Amino acid sequence: MGYTPDLLELIKKVEKTRQLRVNRKKAGEEFPALTLEQRKDRLEKYHPDYRAGALRELKVGPSKGYSVAQEIADQFEAKSRIDPDKIDLDEVHYETDVLVIGGGGAGTAAALLAEEAGAKVIIATKLRHGDANTMMAEGGIQAATKSWKDSPYYHYLDVMGGGHFENDPLLVKTMVSEAPKAIGWLESLGCMFNKWPDGKMFTLHGAGTCRKRMHYAGDMTGAEIMRTLRDEARNRIKNIGVLEFSPAVELLLDDKGFCSGAVLFNLETEEYFLIKAKAVVMATGGSGRLHMQKFMTTNHYGATGDGLVIGYRMGVKVRFLHATQYHPTGAVFPEQSEGLLITEKVRGAGANLVNIDGEQFVFEREPRDIESSSIIRECEKVRKGIPVPGQKGKFGVWLDSPMIDMLEGIGTVEREFPAKFILFKRYGIDISKLPMLVYPTLHYQNGGLEYKPDGYTSVPGFFVAGEVGGGVHGANRLMGNSLLDITVFGRLAGESAGKFVNERTEIGKLSVDHVRQYHKELEATGIVTDRVSPMVLPDYANPEVRKRQLTTTYIGSLR
Amino acid sequence: MPAVAQQSTEQMETLNDESVRTDLIPIFIMGKEYDVPSTLTIQKAFEYAGYQLIRGCGCRGGICGACATVYRLPGTAKINVGLACQTVVQANMYLTMIPFFPANRAIYNLDDLKPDAQTVLKYYPELAKCMGCNTCTKSCPMEIPVMEYISAALRGDIEQAAEISMSCVMCGICAARCPAELGQYNIGIMCRRITGKHIKPRAEHVREMIERVNTGRYEEPINGLINSDIETLRKLYVERQMEPHTAPEEWTPDLKDYL
Repeated sequence: MGYTPDLLELIKKVEKTRQLRVNRKKAGEEFPALTLEQRKDRLEKYHPDYRAGALRELKVGPSKGYSVAQEIADQFEAKSRIDPDKIDLDEVHYETDVLVIGGGGAGTAAALLAEEAGAKVIIATKLRHGDANTMMAEGGIQAATKSWKDSPYYHYLDVMGGGHFENDPLLVKTMVSEAPKAIGWLESLGCMFNKWPDGKMFTLHGAGTCRKRMHYAGDMTGAEIMRTLRDEARNRIKNIGVLEFSPAVELLLDDKGFCSGAVLFNLETEEYFLIKAKAVVMATGGSGRLHMQKFMTTNHYGATGDGLVIGYRMGVKVRFLHATQYHPTGAVFPEQSEGLLITEKVRGAGANLVNIDGEQFVFEREPRDIESSSIIRECEKVRKGIPVPGQKGKFGVWLDSPMIDMLEGIGTVEREFPAKFILFKRYGIDISKLPMLVYPTLHYQNGGLEYKPDGYTSVPGFFVAGEVGGGVHGANRLMGNSLLDITVFGRLAGESAGKFVNERTEIGKLSVDHVRQYHKELEATGIVTDRVSPMVLPDYANPEVRKRQLTTTYIGSLR
Repeated sequence: MPAVAQQSTEQMETLNDESVRTDLIPIFIMGKEYDVPSTLTIQKAFEYAGYQLIRGCGCRGGICGACATVYRLPGTAKINVGLACQTVVQANMYLTMIPFFPANRAIYNLDDLKPDAQTVLKYYPELAKCMGCNTCTKSCPMEIPVMEYISAALRGDIEQAAEISMSCVMCGICAARCPAELGQYNIGIMCRRITGKHIKPRAEHVREMIERVNTGRYEEPINGLINSDIETLRKLYVERQMEPHTAPEEWTPDLKDYL
């Protein structure tokens, strides 16, 4: 366990330049940041989104003609898991006011607010309640809460700059203005943010921020938020029911075109069930498990873009799906930690990125897409990456975490990054003394379904919150704005849905005509495929075993 | 329908470029033998063996607590614990996952709770049955001294219980092993929420900012940005003043117009 002798030898080169780099930082000298023109150049030359063949024009659906990542296009240009002619729409198994699809942070926040608006809620989720990317978010949550140096105005500028000024301005305005309220709400639910003795919250820089506004709970901010929201939902069991291992595989409309529920699939008994609801909040998160361009991913097991697919099939447009976020620092060594996120807070706390010669090659707080492109450039063009042991052709760069103890005092790494410290300790690596080997890893779906600030979409009764939606982050999300996104827009969508059901008196005859139409459109376009979507679970099973499962039929990746 | 899977993602996680792994070792999944590559985690070994995981798999990164696993190595009676996504296989290990544990969980209203020992005992009376055997601590994959936070809760030091239990992933192994039938992780989160809500001083700067936003003072400046052309916006972005990395908490910017 631990680093190989070769790597330990290479680490000496990092140690050689470390003191000098620490001294420079202490003197306030930073590696020069790229200009906007240089950023553009770096993206176009090195970002995976710009590679030939990365994108494909959609041939069907409401955003026909728009180019998105190939892997997402595959999911869109596929048939439903259900046969619209076979499903019995009169056999309804569950009925509720608000159906929340997705049991992560956005979904749970929506459930809580819908409940507060007086609605009965059911959360349907594919894995367990809380098994979501929210749980894995580490670094923090942005909000301008310190009025002596920051305001939503500056937060707005940072978000727009990070997203290359393409973001939906009204969504951004809503997110930054609601941000302080989101922090106050989480605090009132008992989230343990790191604080000074007087209650003032610690805040740090993230990449692309002009003020230190990253609030955090150690390096497990998302876990702290997720388990708190989940615990609160469990206390409201009278009005918030949870169906686990029950992903939604299709949405239901009624004869007036209102979204009226969903078809759920019980993963364990392999049965399909109908759930009827006066409003549906879609909060299924992202799609990292589609492994765009075969990149490894930081995403949790269920991130297969299900909500994106069934929302699109129902007629909701998508945007910004041409932009996928690669987190600059995913672990590449040891093998069992591959793809694991190393929080940006490590760089926010001052750790440099350095190459095989121990040289810094990029400012460590560039926006994520720029930082990732720079790492890819260093490995592919400059050829100063560090070869990953046992993995031919794979390279990484050093994330020099020991600098943090030198800058902030011995023990800082262990105190500020307890989860990563323990994890690497298990692999025999002390990250307060040795750097980590990292490479960009598929992290976030910047785009998604179109929605308005209050969660409304083009389909009445259908609301969207969190990563499944697109627009607020433009083409590139900044660190700490995802936990903020799910909290702010989860709350708003839940509140809207809760109010909506008070006014919707009845549900008309249920229909899956939109699925029938979609299938016709696929046929008319000449797309011949036996793909089905949503994928539901990724397929990592041994293909040799699959070959021998002679009595089993697979539909997509599921039996 | 043929067994067509999404070929592009198949095996990506389990295998790297090598098509044939030569470093196979035997492991016993619920008593049944499978040969798997020696560098895999238990989770990936399940998949290599042919399982498609439904339960017992969440974040795959050691934080969600879905994949609690117990195992025993040959020649010893000791039961070891770990998270399947974090623990590398060993030759001849006998293992099973515990994907769910039905521990007691109290239903409470956080607003009404008082930060003292009576509160925790009222909702979790089994707390008093703790016999101090320390099995919970020995069984924690996050290396949390579980018994210490249970003792802290018992003597009413809610804040300490909260701090000790902070990195708990709620995998449930402690509860599965506890002879006194405590649900430690549920007690832990109750203590943390009481601490966050009732013990730690409230962040007044957050309330102050909420009030400022509510007065509408940022409406006009932000609408001004929304209505700016992209060149103006770029200029404002590039010229915005950066708070230095090493600046003290009380740092203030030169331009205060938009604060």
